[in-house]
Amino acid sequence: MTLREDLTAIKDQGLSDISLTNDLKKLNEIRVNLLGKKGPITSALRGIRDLPVEQRPEVGSYANEIRDALSTAIENKKQVLEDAALNEQLANEKIDVTLPADHTLQGQPHVIQQIIDQVVDLFLGMGYQILNGPEIEEDHYNFEMMNLPKDHPARDMQDTFYLSDDILMRTQTSPMQARTLETHNFEEGPLKMISPGVVYRRDTDDPTHSHQFHQIEGLVIDKNITMTDLKGTLLTMTHEIFGDKFDIRLRPSYFPFTEPSVEVDVTCFNCMGKGCDVCKHTGWIEVLGAGMVHPNVLNMAGVDPEVYGGFAFGIGPDRFAMLKYGVSDIRDFYLDDIRFLNQFSKRG
Amino acid sequence: MKVSYNWIKQYLDLEVPADELAEKIERTAVEVDSVKFPAEGMKKVVVGEVVAMEDHPDSDHLHICQVEIGEDEPTQIVCGAPNVHVGAKVITALSGSRIGNNVKIKKSKMRGIPSNGMLCSLDEMGLDKDLVPDEWADGIYLFPEDTQVGQPVFPYLGMDDAIIDLDVTPNRGDMLSILGTVHELAAIYDLTPKISKVELIENATTPTNKQINVLADSDLASTFSARVINNVKVTSSPAWLQKILWKSGIKPINTVVDATNYIMLKYGQPINAFDMDRMNGQNMSVRYATKDEKILLENEAEIELTNDDIVIADEVPMALAGVMNGKVVSVDNDTSNIVLGAGVFDPIKVRKSAQRHGLHTESSQRFERGIDISSVNTALDEVASLIVELSDGEVAKGIIEATKLDKPENKINITVQRINHVLGTDLSQTEITSIFNRLGFKVVENESDMTVIVPLRRWDIFVAADLLEEVARIYGYDNLATTLPVGKQTIGSLSSAQRIIRSSRNILEGLGLTQAISYALTTEEKAQMFLMRPSELTRLIWPMTSDREALRMNLISGLLDDIAYNNAHKVQNVALYEQGRVFYKDTKDQVKPTEVEHIAGVISGEILTSNWDESAVAADFYQLKGIVGRYLNNLSINGEIKYVATDELKEMHPGRTAKILIHDHEVGFIGQIHPKIAKQFKIKPTYAFELNLQALIDLPKADNQYAPISKYPSIKRDIAIVVDDSVTNQQIIDIITKRGGKLLSNIELFDVYNGENVDDGKKSLAYSLTYVNHNDTLKDEDVTNAFDKIKKYLIEELNAEIR
Ligand SMILES: [Zn+2]
Repeated sequence: MTLREDLTAIKDQGLSDISLTNDLKKLNEIRVNLLGKKGPITSALRGIRDLPVEQRPEVGSYANEIRDALSTAIENKKQVLEDAALNEQLANEKIDVTLPADHTLQGQPHVIQQIIDQVVDLFLGMGYQILNGPEIEEDHYNFEMMNLPKDHPARDMQDTFYLSDDILMRTQTSPMQARTLETHNFEEGPLKMISPGVVYRRDTDDPTHSHQFHQIEGLVIDKNITMTDLKGTLLTMTHEIFGDKFDIRLRPSYFPFTEPSVEVDVTCFNCMGKGCDVCKHTGWIEVLGAGMVHPNVLNMAGVDPEVYGGFAFGIGPDRFAMLKYGVSDIRDFYLDDIRFLNQFSKRG
Repeated sequence: MKVSYNWIKQYLDLEVPADELAEKIERTAVEVDSVKFPAEGMKKVVVGEVVAMEDHPDSDHLHICQVEIGEDEPTQIVCGAPNVHVGAKVITALSGSRIGNNVKIKKSKMRGIPSNGMLCSLDEMGLDKDLVPDEWADGIYLFPEDTQVGQPVFPYLGMDDAIIDLDVTPNRGDMLSILGTVHELAAIYDLTPKISKVELIENATTPTNKQINVLADSDLASTFSARVINNVKVTSSPAWLQKILWKSGIKPINTVVDATNYIMLKYGQPINAFDMDRMNGQNMSVRYATKDEKILLENEAEIELTNDDIVIADEVPMALAGVMNGKVVSVDNDTSNIVLGAGVFDPIKVRKSAQRHGLHTESSQRFERGIDISSVNTALDEVASLIVELSDGEVAKGIIEATKLDKPENKINITVQRINHVLGTDLSQTEITSIFNRLGFKVVENESDMTVIVPLRRWDIFVAADLLEEVARIYGYDNLATTLPVGKQTIGSLSSAQRIIRSSRNILEGLGLTQAISYALTTEEKAQMFLMRPSELTRLIWPMTSDREALRMNLISGLLDDIAYNNAHKVQNVALYEQGRVFYKDTKDQVKPTEVEHIAGVISGEILTSNWDESAVAADFYQLKGIVGRYLNNLSINGEIKYVATDELKEMHPGRTAKILIHDHEVGFIGQIHPKIAKQFKIKPTYAFELNLQALIDLPKADNQYAPISKYPSIKRDIAIVVDDSVTNQQIIDIITKRGGKLLSNIELFDVYNGENVDDGKKSLAYSLTYVNHNDTLKDEDVTNAFDKIKKYLIEELNAEIR
């Protein structure tokens, strides 16, 4: 056999061994055996010296060719075997992705807080300040400054928890109107404020009454504020909280601290205006009271009603939440039943 | 106020459907509670005449009636009413008919005798039992003799009507009358009402002032007039009057009482009628009651009067003025001479009387909201005329005006610009004048403005703003445009306190606590639990229940109530927080408590429940401490936070509670609720914290949170030490921190152990210390030196054994 034939035989045997092996360790042994310093190619190359000079380059390059071919075959085989091993591992690692996974704790804001935050954020964007007033008020601010002197019949409409003859638990957030009107410097610009908070009434708790609930007062006073501004502002808020499909209507009403006073209705949530039992077949649901600030209120707070004027409104977030979600008992908001509270987690 | 649409139509040519009218009223004037059609759903009920009647053979009270119903043959109906008789015109519900309360009538047999329908009483036709006149209360209703047989009964019963129930706001007392409502509708629809005055004939032999003397205190009754009618014959009222009253929600009594109620409904002017022959003497006065006086009222209740009640009295009170007549002088079928009184009583005094005695009557609600002072005498004349029409008699000559207020009509100046400026409209002078004229207000146009003259029947209109409302609502709120305020820009942003309160909520929610809102009013006992500072209790002076009588001075007790509610409903795992105010008083004399923002949280049961691959995590002190720690860290308060064991809070576990200090300033506490308190609230073991949120808001904040990360690798050394059980982690940390050197950047406890290989009364703690040099590569020997120094001091100061 010539050296060339030897090399061809080594190559054939080698390629056959490589292709037959299915084991990375054996493949490595093959590599060491074939291509190592003690391997057949190395020893074959040593025999080149015995060849005539003119044949040496040709056989030499043939030997290198074989070494490269074997080396490539080993690398390829190695890749194949590694891929197979990884695939097997991946197959073994398969999990059931449909098993439940909720081993984390998440808290929720109270649903009324969500409504308040939504209103607050909207009005922040429109340049309103947010003011938080005292929950314990003076009769003076809660009633008198709101154009409800002692013996005013509307005081009967709001039964009050008193701490003394003239200190009480505020029945409304409206006293913040008087408090801000007194302190606002109109030379610095208009007064635009929202005042959310807790209010208290001497009511027996039942599905539609709670002795404690929330209100959000709104007040805008400047030189050129109109009733159409009030209507536009309330429509904007309605769209923000309930959605663009909801419309509002204003109806005459009576509040001592506004004139004109209006009751504001929103398209019925249940029938979207078609008429149903919920809205007594009117298509509308009463949601808030509003009006143009009464000149007496401005006067008492030291603001000239000939120069300044504007609107005020009062929102009931409890009522908003009841309407928005169809909650039928206001007491549910204050029981803090975890199952109830955690429903309101889809905040979008 | 229940308004009969048919009654309104007597004064106004209105043809719009009642529903539409109600909607219009609601959008323009006052709220409408309901619109009811009394005959709605009823059918096949006709006027019948009993033409023959015999007793039922098997009954002691049933009659077999042959009833003529305008068909070829009479129909047979068995009836048990005591007042049925031959010739009676009756309400006949035929077979297949539907009567009140949706009851269907079918052919049937009554004790074996066929009956083709039913003869009906008024309440069977849907009339409220309380409104049925006494004469018809125990039997069926009988029509007047001239009623035509075979016709549907509804018009004869006044049921072909729509009853619009108005919810009149306190300012619109004028709409508590038919005429007031007519004026309002005339303005809304731009119509002219047909209202005429009666001609009163005064033909009694003795003039009024020879029969009675009348005195009135003008502070109590600014206007008070009286008349006398002689020789009346009081009977029950004719059907037209009875119908109109029961439709308006008032029970018919007799001709005189019914006439006064009719006039009250029509004019909004309550009228007193007294039996003159039952009076003590001839003197009648309007005065304060005295507190030893009593009166037996028409409703049979005897009440004790007070110095603040107004009465109409002879020698003794005859009526609680403005509220209710007395029984003794009330008019009945034996009455022949009557005194009528009409006036305007002080609204506040009437309201207080009504409240004091729990008597909210048709009369009191009208006086409370005001009376049209210009129509007092008109109403008095008309009631006198009506009584004569119904009960004969002669009106005595002359009206006695004990007091009379001459009130001028209100004149208000306003400009077109002002109206458009406030409403955002673009109305012309003509349009505005037209609106005022529709309302019946006269307008005088001046050079630069206009004067609006408001009739006395609209006593709610005082100032220009009131006129603005009139223009706005008649113009129509629906017609107003929608705009947004324009003007100088303002910045809307949260204050730093508001921002911290909002982040506090967000952080605690992120850490797994759900926001609770509980009541600020609670029991005296709960209000005073978990007190973080000495404070007096704030009580309501007039609480409704003992559950809500005092203002809370802590938030935890409310949260424990919440846990109790959840536990009682089989929800054991509760993690809640609340942010809100507590109310402190430094002294008993302080009336207005100080409001302080607090934030508190509770965990009970399991924080995480076990599932298929992970085990449960029970609520414990360290879970909650982790939440509080992260929360305080997130607030970036600039100051060292310390937890110091305390047994001072008696509602907390004495061995599992810590005060929370920042910069040695106490801001709150954390710990386990004392088992005795947990038992009292009926809750499972619970851990709680409460923090003075206001203090957290006020504390300085570490604004600069950034420190560069060292480019050089850090070195970690672990140390395990054995110390006495009484030594706290904080003591060890303090020593390590103090002696650690400037390279020490972090200390982490990774093991606490007191089992095998640790002597009794001892425990083993293991810490991992991290050393960092920001300027150079750390040298091993520097770390070793620093580490050895710590060891030395731990041995020296805590007698620690290093392992
Ligand atoms: Zn509806």
